[in-house]
Amino acid sequence: MSCKNCQIKPVIKLTNSERSLCKNCFIKYFEKKVKKTISDYELVDKNDNIVVAVSGGKDSITTLYLLNKIFSKRRDIKIIALAIDEGIHGYRDESLKHLKKFCKKYKIKLNIYSYKKEFGKTLDTILKTYKKVPCSICGVFRRYLLNKKSRELGATKLATGHNLDDEAQSIIMNYFRNNIQVSARSGPITGIKRDKKFIKRIKPLYFITEKEVTAYSFLMGFMDKFNECPYNPDSYRGKVRDMINDFEAKYPGTKHGIITSFMELLPVLKDKYKDANEIKECLSCGEPCSQDKCQACYYLDSVVKIIK
Amino acid sequence: MKIYIEKTNESKNIKAKTVKELLEKLKINSTTVIVTRNNELITEEEKIKETDKIRILSVISGG
Repeated sequence: MSCKNCQIKPVIKLTNSERSLCKNCFIKYFEKKVKKTISDYELVDKNDNIVVAVSGGKDSITTLYLLNKIFSKRRDIKIIALAIDEGIHGYRDESLKHLKKFCKKYKIKLNIYSYKKEFGKTLDTILKTYKKVPCSICGVFRRYLLNKKSRELGATKLATGHNLDDEAQSIIMNYFRNNIQVSARSGPITGIKRDKKFIKRIKPLYFITEKEVTAYSFLMGFMDKFNECPYNPDSYRGKVRDMINDFEAKYPGTKHGIITSFMELLPVLKDKYKDANEIKECLSCGEPCSQDKCQACYYLDSVVKIIK
Repeated sequence: MKIYIEKTNESKNIKAKTVKELLEKLKINSTTVIVTRNNELITEEEKIKETDKIRILSVISGG
């Protein structure tokens, strides 16, 4: 078997088309697909100041690299990196070390904010006492800081490294939990309503599988070790991820099927929920939210401040 | 052949003719990993030899 395009030994078989590609053809295919997503869904506008949320992992590093590669010659578009240090010993400290080297190499400005400094405690400290739903509390704090800090950095867009697997998991999770309204806000570019305090999120890797991102990242030499968050396996998302991966192995194309059918539904969902949920400001911190108090302030008051 | 599984930090000695057969023997879902031979990415259909050094890398990172 050889590469469909150039008869060289392939490095990957694409699950959605049964095509096998060699290193160079795969890299071209990957970059073309990201550019097509950016163009088809108008992820980037003139004069955009794009803050890229980076963890140091393969998805965010790939997103940062490609946005920088595609737009570095555009004088009107700025690309800067923003990282959140949750304080996960042996995981985040390692990935941030890698990220700092990467940003230095590509001359990208990197801003790092930590839970310890912003909320007073690391995630490790919080989770020693609060053992329920680690991904939920961490996700709330991370999203809170990403929006707040990117706004303070003057962002017009916040780019994240969410890939097709992440999005397929979110769609199924929202179905299972009857949270379809949350799905209505998702897609390659998020949000239904405009709000001056809420930075629009863009996901250039939306149509690329996690396996493809890993392969690209490996072939580009971005990293050779891929760590998994130590809190990840216990999560509800972890269970949904395993279920979808089992289906994908038995019925190839499952993940693409979830995303493709969801993209058909998305305009209907966005229209249905366009008037729902007024965006309020948290009475405690002033950040945008749907209730009187945002989830971050809820966790801060009910969990973080009572931990010694 | 020598197999290194990065996720569990394990080294194993297993006989298999192809990457696909190897992953089946290890009960690893092929959608969750990429496989390298002598630090080069290979597909599931690739034939492997006793002298090959195989690494199995998890694609799941999370956050």
